[in-house]
Amino acid sequence: MQGKVLVKPADQLDLSEAELKEEFTRVLTANNPHAPQNIVRYSFKERSYKPISSVDQLAIHFVLEGNLLHKDSDEARRQRAKQEIPEADGVLTCVEQADLTEDTGDAEEGAGEERPDSVDVKSGKMERKVTNQFNYSERASQTLNNPPRERGCQTEPPPRAKFSATANQWEIYDAYVEELQKQEQSKEKQKTLVSKKEEDKGKKKMTVVENPSDDITKVAKVTKIIERMVTQNTFDDIAQDFKYFEDASDEFREQEGTLLPLWKFQYDKAKHLSVTALCWLCNYKDLFAVGLGSYKFTKQGRGMLLFYSLKNSTYPEYIFTTLSGVMCLDIHKQLSSLVAVGFYDGSVGVYNLKEEGPQPIYKSTAKMGKHTDPVWQVKWQKDDIDNNHNFFSISSDGRVVSWTLVKNELVFTDIIRLSVEGSISNGQEGMQLPAMACGTSFDFHQQIDYLFLIGTEEGKIHKCSKCYSSQFLETYAAHNMAVDAVKWNQFHPKVFISCSSDWTVKIWDHTIKSPMFTFDLNAPVGDVAWSPYSSTVFAAVTTDGKVHVFDLSINKYEAICQQAVAAKKTKLTHIEFNPVYPIIIVGDDRGYVTSLKLSPNLRRKPKEKKGQELPKGPEVEVAKMEKLLSLLREPDLTVNPQN
Amino acid sequence: MAETGDGKKEEADYKRLHSFPLIRHTDMPEEMRVETMELCVTACEKFATNNESAAKMIKESMDKKFGSSWHVVIGEGFGFEVTHEVKNLLYMFFGGSLAVCVWKCS
Repeated sequence: MQGKVLVKPADQLDLSEAELKEEFTRVLTANNPHAPQNIVRYSFKERSYKPISSVDQLAIHFVLEGNLLHKDSDEARRQRAKQEIPEADGVLTCVEQADLTEDTGDAEEGAGEERPDSVDVKSGKMERKVTNQFNYSERASQTLNNPPRERGCQTEPPPRAKFSATANQWEIYDAYVEELQKQEQSKEKQKTLVSKKEEDKGKKKMTVVENPSDDITKVAKVTKIIERMVTQNTFDDIAQDFKYFEDASDEFREQEGTLLPLWKFQYDKAKHLSVTALCWLCNYKDLFAVGLGSYKFTKQGRGMLLFYSLKNSTYPEYIFTTLSGVMCLDIHKQLSSLVAVGFYDGSVGVYNLKEEGPQPIYKSTAKMGKHTDPVWQVKWQKDDIDNNHNFFSISSDGRVVSWTLVKNELVFTDIIRLSVEGSISNGQEGMQLPAMACGTSFDFHQQIDYLFLIGTEEGKIHKCSKCYSSQFLETYAAHNMAVDAVKWNQFHPKVFISCSSDWTVKIWDHTIKSPMFTFDLNAPVGDVAWSPYSSTVFAAVTTDGKVHVFDLSINKYEAICQQAVAAKKTKLTHIEFNPVYPIIIVGDDRGYVTSLKLSPNLRRKPKEKKGQELPKGPEVEVAKMEKLLSLLREPDLTVNPQN
Repeated sequence: MAETGDGKKEEADYKRLHSFPLIRHTDMPEEMRVETMELCVTACEKFATNNESAAKMIKESMDKKFGSSWHVVIGEGFGFEVTHEVKNLLYMFFGGSLAVCVWKCS
């Protein structure tokens, strides 16, 4: 009963009898239906993927490692031998593979010799113990790969050039003819050379030496022009200002003017030196000389003489370095290549710009009446009767010396000694002075040849004559400290100006012993200069970095322009008017020279008379000054005490 | 200029005198220049009637000796403007009527 019940799965198909009896034929093949048919492998040889034709049809469903050996097999025999089991024993030997090696040790004595494969066993027993296969583990770890980086570089392509020419028969012909001619010429030359060779040997060397220098000088001129062009380009705005700019605001300021800074001249090697002298060249309106040295006793060293042109503010035109600091210089009025220079060590020298070389063409030595103290001023004089050039110098040693350029040497003549006697002969305060009076500045009268003024360290100004070496014509008790500069007016024959470290600038009539004007500038005055265009205009520099410009015809009491032109703590040392252009140059104690343009108010001329009076300029200027003076002469007794 | 007899004589003279190689322009180094010049002379003499073969020979020899991409022009009259690698140009006359321009540009 139970056997008749068929257990059917729920989803079994119900088939009819006929369907069940139907026969299906299946052909079984050895192909593995699951094996992939289209395996491809990368072939490194051909560098492409290739289909693999042989597909592995073997499918393993079950694997069990057996531990039975056939007794006749080699392995079984070997094991039997080890274990000393009689050959006939079991049909099959069960061996644990792992024991094999361990057992060898025990089996070794009895086993072996009988069997031919004992050799294997012998060698086996010699083997070292293998690590326990069940009791060790292998570990691997992988470190990070270093990230790959790409780096590339590109080289420049080889340089290329273009070349073009035309080849045709006449060109070729010409070339050949030319070449032949050349060859002939060179042949001739060689012939002549052979004959002259011996003589030329010496000359050849000379030419070799000379040629390069010639090349440089050729280039030098061009480079100089180029340099000027470049600086003119870079400082174009300054050049424009210099030429055309007029301060329009001057029209609204009646009494005052301004100074417009233009170029600044500076030379790296002269940075630590201070400007001790300035002088414009008469023949070249754009060229000026700068003397560099030091006023400080403790900081004496080398000096320098530089020539700058307005056309090139970046680099001096001429450079002379000197062993001692330059204290003063003067350029000959007619021969502007002659430059007289006074040094701190008391010597004077004359440089010639036309001659190359760093040395002066004349220099005074200790044998030839050299000063014993710094030379404070030099001044060219008119040529003497024998047409020799000569100049004067003044020094702290109290001498005024005339130097004459005779052939190869400087001949000196003492003109005056500012000694005690001189002062005594002058009477007055001579007795109070030290044994030697020290001259610091002088100036020669423009019309009266023999007349000149000497400023001294004691503050006195002496009016002297070249004719009397022991006597002063006059002595003015001008200042309380050293007189830094004394200068005759360029127009009026009687007027001169003096300035001093006692903060004052004074204007004098040399016939009157007291000053006509006194101005207090609130700082030691380094230098003062009359303008070349007006008898009443002068400018002074003070050590607080200011430039003061006065026009007495406009304002008798105050400067019409007072302007700081240098950085703080920079002392201005010297000032000079350009003889033609409305500019001034100012030197300071750091080796800088600044050029400044005077605004229209500072160079105003009397307008009403302009048209007619121009040719009589100087007389107008004299009259202008005279008018001022006449106002003062009568009341001068009242004016001066105020100051 | 001169009479016919003189003219012939001059012509002969001209041919004789103007047979040497005349370098017109080059920026090659000395050694290379000499070598190239000699090569040009050899080629032009070998193929006196066939400029093309001469040019071919020069070009191939230059390619072998100094690396590839040399160009050679040989002719009696031509104009040219070429870009060449610096230090790799030779322009010369030869034989009184031939102009040879050899340059490298790759």
